[in-house]
Amino acid sequence: MTVRTRMHLAAHFPGVNSTTVWTDPRSKSQIDFASFEHLARTAERGLFDFFFLAEGLRPREYKGRIHDLDVVGRPESITVLNALAAVTERLGLAATVDATFNEPYELARRLATLDHLSGGRAAWNVVTSSDAFTGENFRRGGFLDRADRYARAAEFVATARDLWDSWTPEGVARPFAHQGRHFDIAGEFGLPRSPQGQPVVIQAGDSDEGREFAAATADVVFTRRGTLDAGREFYADVKGRLATYGRSPEDLKIMPGVTVVLGDTAADARERAAEIRHRQVSPQNALLALERIWGVDLSSYDPDGPLPDIDPEPAPALARGRVRVADPLAVAERWRALSRAKGLSIRQTVIEASGRQSFVGTPETVAAELDEFVTAGAADGFILVPHLTPGGLDEFVDRVVPLLQERGAFRTEYTGTTLRSHLGLPEPVWKG
Amino acid sequence: MTAPHGRGLLHLAAALDQQAAFDAASYVGPAQLAERGGLDFVTLGDTFARPGPDALAVLSRVAPATRRIGLVPTVTTTHTEPFHVQAAVATLDWVSRGRAGWQLDVSTTEGEARLFGRRHAAPADALWREAGEIAEVAARLWDSWEDDAEIRDEATGRFVDRDKLHHVDFQGATFFVKGPSIVPRPPQGHPVRVVDATEGPARRVAARHADVALVRVVGPAHARAVRAELRDAAAKFGRDADTLRVLGSLVVDLGDGERAAEPGHGGGGPRQTAQGPLYRGGPVDLAELIAAWHASEAVDGFHLTPVEPHRDLERLVNGTVALLQHRGLFRTFYPGSTLREHLGLARPANQYAVTGGAS
Ligand SMILES: Cc1cc2nc3c(=O)[nH]c(=O)nc-3n(C[C@H](O)[C@H](O)[C@H](O)COP(=O)(O)O)c2cc1C
Repeated sequence: MTVRTRMHLAAHFPGVNSTTVWTDPRSKSQIDFASFEHLARTAERGLFDFFFLAEGLRPREYKGRIHDLDVVGRPESITVLNALAAVTERLGLAATVDATFNEPYELARRLATLDHLSGGRAAWNVVTSSDAFTGENFRRGGFLDRADRYARAAEFVATARDLWDSWTPEGVARPFAHQGRHFDIAGEFGLPRSPQGQPVVIQAGDSDEGREFAAATADVVFTRRGTLDAGREFYADVKGRLATYGRSPEDLKIMPGVTVVLGDTAADARERAAEIRHRQVSPQNALLALERIWGVDLSSYDPDGPLPDIDPEPAPALARGRVRVADPLAVAERWRALSRAKGLSIRQTVIEASGRQSFVGTPETVAAELDEFVTAGAADGFILVPHLTPGGLDEFVDRVVPLLQERGAFRTEYTGTTLRSHLGLPEPVWKG
Repeated sequence: MTAPHGRGLLHLAAALDQQAAFDAASYVGPAQLAERGGLDFVTLGDTFARPGPDALAVLSRVAPATRRIGLVPTVTTTHTEPFHVQAAVATLDWVSRGRAGWQLDVSTTEGEARLFGRRHAAPADALWREAGEIAEVAARLWDSWEDDAEIRDEATGRFVDRDKLHHVDFQGATFFVKGPSIVPRPPQGHPVRVVDATEGPARRVAARHADVALVRVVGPAHARAVRAELRDAAAKFGRDADTLRVLGSLVVDLGDGERAAEPGHGGGGPRQTAQGPLYRGGPVDLAELIAAWHASEAVDGFHLTPVEPHRDLERLVNGTVALLQHRGLFRTFYPGSTLREHLGLARPANQYAVTGGAS
């Protein structure tokens, strides 16, 4: 029997967003430590590669006021992960931390500390904030345009890696200096080389610059490409860029963020998926989704009525602190066509048009589809984004993981103790 | 929770600082030992200037491995963003369920400044003024969510009541913060702020913002004078002086044996050294010293830094603390679960909720 490529699995804590069905009676706190502990223990029980936390440095605003419809309020990532290191043994611990509003020495030190205290389980998801809105909370203020953001991020990661490598393997600190366009720093780093050599680096971002950055530096890519075809295109594109940097395709793992809805039968699962979508898109959320595209106040519209006839305003967005819609007119036309064709109300159109679940079915069909994604070259694994905090992965771990294991598609035990070993990544060679 | 007559309750804290320890076990064991002794809190110092792990990270690693003891890391304010500092400290309070503190400190050296490359070293005066502003903005950001901001109101589809979230619009001399925080108000409202008030520039910040002030002095008379000065200054800032705990800081070398190892230095009291006031002697004499300084209202308690972390902490807990407990001078169990409760400090009211204004 040939050795199968095994998939990697990660658990996304569904803290702050609109995917959580917070009206569900089983939905618990997004901030109490008990919630983090529950999801992390579930992920470790399921032998997942890592546990993942997103980041947002300012509550979003809408029409100049704090957005109040979605789950908001989260703890600071690295601090929570250090606490989780106390209640888990093998699970990787991944923190999303912005490279724009942090400084390399300090962040490299915090990440190296997490790696030491967890025995080699730390990862950093490098994101690059794009808005001055977030900058209003920081001394440096402002923001960087896309090209500059990634230039700073690349210099940031390279600097962090030099810091992580600045002690000899024998544990002797050596002086360090870096002078570049964004950073001019010197001194001695505070920690020896960490238990997995260096924390794992994750990249999230879809643009050309983002892909290039990932190909050059990342160990894992977190993508939104949830369909088979889009996944294959993305996978081939990003893996194809690796050779330029002297890297091989196995050096970078591509993991889309996906959702899973299970049922005892296909019909049962579809019904649950529809129910989840319905609860995610409240009448108020439906109007808001529409306003984000139309760019004007639509609060007088009936969410159960038809879409507006007026065309979207191309200029100012009402929302602050989130990615803008690139071509509002095109989206509006698509949504109107969908609404006309199927006779859908505003709320139904939003439900139909946006964010459908990636995998819906019985544990058997979902296990088969996940496996197919990996064997078809659309992903190396998945970052699962549950709908419920914190019990949203219990069912997946209890019902799907055993089937994946039966198929030989997923590990049956942890064979190493570090995140790099789970991901099949070699420990980085010390560059003395 | 102040005792009805005379002096208040005795408060005890210990430092977990160790050289060249980067693994979790080196800190978890000693913290658990300190908790067995019923100490109010443990501290872990930090600076970018010398090797060592991030102190706040270490104490968040310790949090789930302990249940009651307060956890007070040093977080310096000179190079770290105020917004990040307050979020991390608030998070330590969440993961420890109300046991977080924060010892404020500044980075005065050019060496530390070079690690960041953003600003040059500045005089302690200016940096402490800035630290005071950061203590202030942190408190505002902790209050930027009212306690009942999360409403989960299904009928209106609102998860939070946006009128209970507030921009802080804080303008300091060197920075601006918009707010609100990303972290909901922590369990203690405000995690406990600790300041070493020995030196001049820090003393003002301690009087104004600290819940606990540490003073490094060798004798009870000096301690009493500093305590009185701090309490007066706190009152001038409009605070109730009884909301400030003043602890004497001693480095302790508990050596061998029960009694003072060196005649005249132990029983004779601490002496000044380069590391700060050093007490050298036996655990029994230390208990006597603690009881005497506390009885004369020179201090509200002590912050003790063992010279040999494992040996001295063990002697402190099993010798000194046991004796103080035996004499009824120190708690034998934690009556509360938060650090504020151990210190007898109330949970602060929310500065925005009082006015009830919109953001
Ligand atoms: C799957 C995914 C997850 C992301 N998670 C975060 C996050 O948690 N915090 C954040 O500030 N940005 C996050 N981002 C935003 C990216 O860091 C980046 O700013 C954004 O994608 C725009 O960059 P791009 O132009 O390269 O796509 C995420 C992006 C993707 C694709």
